[in-house]
Amino acid sequence: MGRSYRIPLPALAASAFVLVTLAIAMVFFVAPNDADQGFSQRIFYFHVSIAITAYACFAGGAWKAFRHLTRRDPRYDLESYVAVHQGVILGVLVLLTGSIWAKISWGHWWLWSEDQLVLFLVLFLFYCAYFMLRFSVDPGPQRANLSAVYALFGVVLIPVSFAAIRLAKNLIHPVVFTLQGPRFGGWILVTYCVAQAAMLVLAYTLYRVELAGKLLDSRLRELREVLA
Amino acid sequence: MTYARDVVALARKDLLLELRARDTLPAMLLFVVSTFVVFHFAVGSSPSRLAANGLLWVAIVFTALLGLGRAFVPEREQRTLDGLVLAPVDRSTIWVAKSIAALAFLGAAEVVALPVYGLFFHRLSGSAVAGVVLADVGICAVGAFLGAIAVATRARDLLMPLLFLPLAIPIVVGGVGASVAASPGRYLGFLVLYDALFSVVCWATFEFVVTE
Repeated sequence: MGRSYRIPLPALAASAFVLVTLAIAMVFFVAPNDADQGFSQRIFYFHVSIAITAYACFAGGAWKAFRHLTRRDPRYDLESYVAVHQGVILGVLVLLTGSIWAKISWGHWWLWSEDQLVLFLVLFLFYCAYFMLRFSVDPGPQRANLSAVYALFGVVLIPVSFAAIRLAKNLIHPVVFTLQGPRFGGWILVTYCVAQAAMLVLAYTLYRVELAGKLLDSRLRELREVLA
Repeated sequence: MTYARDVVALARKDLLLELRARDTLPAMLLFVVSTFVVFHFAVGSSPSRLAANGLLWVAIVFTALLGLGRAFVPEREQRTLDGLVLAPVDRSTIWVAKSIAALAFLGAAEVVALPVYGLFFHRLSGSAVAGVVLADVGICAVGAFLGAIAVATRARDLLMPLLFLPLAIPIVVGGVGASVAASPGRYLGFLVLYDALFSVVCWATFEFVVTE
């Protein structure tokens, strides 16, 4: 059941290519160097935009899961799975970029004091368990239901874990809020917005590609069964 | 009111089963005490207060896992889950009753475990005990729910800890905070929030776990 309002895949791929190229060019050549962190701060344009895109994927996966539970349409189950899959891939990238930044800035590959990194580690473990669950049940309505319910748990876990990590940090040493509104304007803001848009479009393109592949796969299997 | 009556009947069934067969509670008790002894040899004779509290929480989470992993196994093995799902009751009563039974087992294990912990390591403060009680509610609510999921899969016992531990991380944060922080109020509040939030989600979605 093709939906007519969808953007065609080639157009999406082309715009993702243009936006990512533009974002890379702007991050390296247009955005000014950060006053006290210098060149290495530029990784944040990718780190933050990938993190937000990953959240968007998890939220999208949960939304599709919810739709599956209300409508019982196996298509939503597949869409939910693909969205979560993209989210986990992006989550690994968040962990990697965060680690690189921590190494350059603090000299350690891992920092428990970085909220965002720790949260993504928890989410990574959670969504890995999602895949374990999914691959340990035979395909069918039951697998779709179990996966959907667990994906819904994910969106509840994100804010709860975030609060928990903040609380845990308080315990070891009090949080000093240095978020006095960083100098966030001009080219920095423009570059960030371009990078964010690029990541969102790229993730959506990859989501559509994977979904198309998966749909083709199941269609092929159906045809084979008819022939056999 | 029929809802409450159904829950009581189902929980009574689980407790009665345990009273007659006694296969979960003795295992949990033995496990938690052995864990303390292993910890003693792992961390030395006088661990710091923070470290000893960490041990307590690790022991509680794993002991709970031991019981919760088994919660739905008899229902599957004896094929009684199908009967429960077919019974003319709200499906969420099955989850509520299982959580209550699991809470009873975990509570009974802790009635022994907490004094033993006090004897072996440090005395527990009142807020630590309050933290344990609040955490138990969350552990059992989420754990019984995940037990029902895990039992429907091929991996079963293997999957249960993998599903449960990421969700237990906030409980451990709240529990450890309530045990060691100078002002435990916010940690206890956080545990209440966790219990309420996840109980509602479990209650609303349990139907989908047991039906197709």
